[in-house]
Amino acid sequence: MIGYIIRKILIAIPTIFVAVTIIFLMMRVIPGDPATAALGNYASESAVQALKERMGLNRPIYIQYFDYLKGLIQGDLGKSFVNRNPVAPLIRKVLPYTIDLTLSGILIGIILGIPLGIITAVKRNSMVDYIGRTLSLAGLSFPAFYSGLLLMLVFSVYLDLFPSIGGGDLNNVGDRLYHLVLPALNLGLIMTAYITRMTRSAMLEVIEQDYISTARAKGLNENTVIIKHALRNALISVITVIGLYVGILIAGSVMSEIIFSRPGLGKLLIGAMKSRDYNMMQSILVMITGIIVIVNLITDIAYSFCDPRIKYE
Amino acid sequence: MPGEKTQAQRMWRTFKRNRTALVGAIGVIVILLLAIFGPFFMPYDPIEQHLLDQLKPPSARFRFGTDVFGRDVLSRVILGTRFSLMVGLTSVMIAVVLGVPLGILAGYKGGLIDTGITRMVDILMSFPVLILGLMLRAAIGGGFIGLVLAIGIAITPRFIRLARGPTLSIKEKEYIESAKALGMSEVRLMFRHIMPNVMGDVAVMSTLWIALAIRLEANLSFIGIGIPPPTPSWGEMIRSGVDFLTNAPWISTIPGIFILFTVMSFNMIGDGIRDIIDPRLHQ
Repeated sequence: MIGYIIRKILIAIPTIFVAVTIIFLMMRVIPGDPATAALGNYASESAVQALKERMGLNRPIYIQYFDYLKGLIQGDLGKSFVNRNPVAPLIRKVLPYTIDLTLSGILIGIILGIPLGIITAVKRNSMVDYIGRTLSLAGLSFPAFYSGLLLMLVFSVYLDLFPSIGGGDLNNVGDRLYHLVLPALNLGLIMTAYITRMTRSAMLEVIEQDYISTARAKGLNENTVIIKHALRNALISVITVIGLYVGILIAGSVMSEIIFSRPGLGKLLIGAMKSRDYNMMQSILVMITGIIVIVNLITDIAYSFCDPRIKYE
Repeated sequence: MPGEKTQAQRMWRTFKRNRTALVGAIGVIVILLLAIFGPFFMPYDPIEQHLLDQLKPPSARFRFGTDVFGRDVLSRVILGTRFSLMVGLTSVMIAVVLGVPLGILAGYKGGLIDTGITRMVDILMSFPVLILGLMLRAAIGGGFIGLVLAIGIAITPRFIRLARGPTLSIKEKEYIESAKALGMSEVRLMFRHIMPNVMGDVAVMSTLWIALAIRLEANLSFIGIGIPPPTPSWGEMIRSGVDFLTNAPWISTIPGIFILFTVMSFNMIGDGIRDIIDPRLHQ
């Protein structure tokens, strides 16, 4: 078991390393140069050259790369190309907003999605199943920014219940929650669609197993069969897939942050992209990749704990 | 081969009986017809500005209202349909052209080449497709070509993985062995004998991934890094309407309905296909 975990971690390290390299290289081939972008089109050539020198952009690319890696290992993400402020504190400032959003999104997804998945599986081919399936298919098809826009239209513009933009004051829990409701609901409903579908198919697969028929034949009541026998086994695959949904969760939070003008990693990323602040972009992308790889790693390990049939070779 | 034909027929029968897939197929046909013929019936020039008719609500004159420049939303949404489908189809085609040969190469060659390609695919697929699309869009730049390249490359890893799977089993088949024994070159073997057998799966999954490509395009356009204005694209139209949500909600909501309708139709076909491939989950 310990060997299995260590091996998984050893695989994760090169994955992060290659991902960082891909991100670094992509940021270097972006057309247009960051020094000109920072100074504007009317800056003199000498000013641009001087800034490039200061940014370290005149050095050979492999030196820039090794410097970047060295900094990264020491936790130094470098400075923003646009305002020359260190990147790390800027990210730290918005990170709580993204954490609020993603955690509440996944929580809503689990709270609504797992029961819905069970109901649609147990009542297969009934009206409830058709409605549940259609709704979850719609949830998969909604671009996150459009569902956010509709929520905003109904709950902010027409009903005036929740604010349509901003993230609220971090130190004021009430205000923070008040601003979180709509974006979290938006992300949560999208996650609900995915989790409902996953739970439904996992349940259907389990319900057809022989031991479920045996449990029924023993005369156990249906609720016991579903909850104690079927659900417990179905949950194993559900847990795994929820872990793998971290990418969808992050993409959804990026779009939710943009539509609700909410501070966070996604908004910072798009802002950096538009102002050609490649160092900022690179740092956020590396962070996102790191989060995904780590969550996948935890999921793998959690899965092996839940299901003893997993082989550790 | 007669056996294959009956299997195809059986799949078609199942598909026809699958209501979800059928409804999806009808939806896709409607959208395709709109993209092909719609632009001939646009009531107004979608780019022409009518400054006296700014932000007009839907009426007999402007069925879906007008935007902030007085442009007809209906005409723009119709042209946007053609644009979105073009992006969806072209980028999936790019992904097929790039991904399928790489997948076949990985599956056929095995060893280091396979390990290298597979690891790369795993790493690229650990990025959410939106994030990968964003990075590629920034790195490639450019107009329409840059956009479809970015979306196409972002979904290429899926096609590599898709083509690799069946190649592993096909390469063990006897006819491949005999072709090899006859001295056929590896390139010819991969393109002439393996590729045609992989393309069935590829064609099926392409329908699903067209939806993904269309949605990705809408996201990029909404962020403001899609196709530059004034070309109407659904995502860009929604973005341009966000500031007028209070007094002119039709500018944003109507293109969104089109995105939803299109993506959902493709997804319904995909669901139907999955039911056919994996009948255990079928009703």
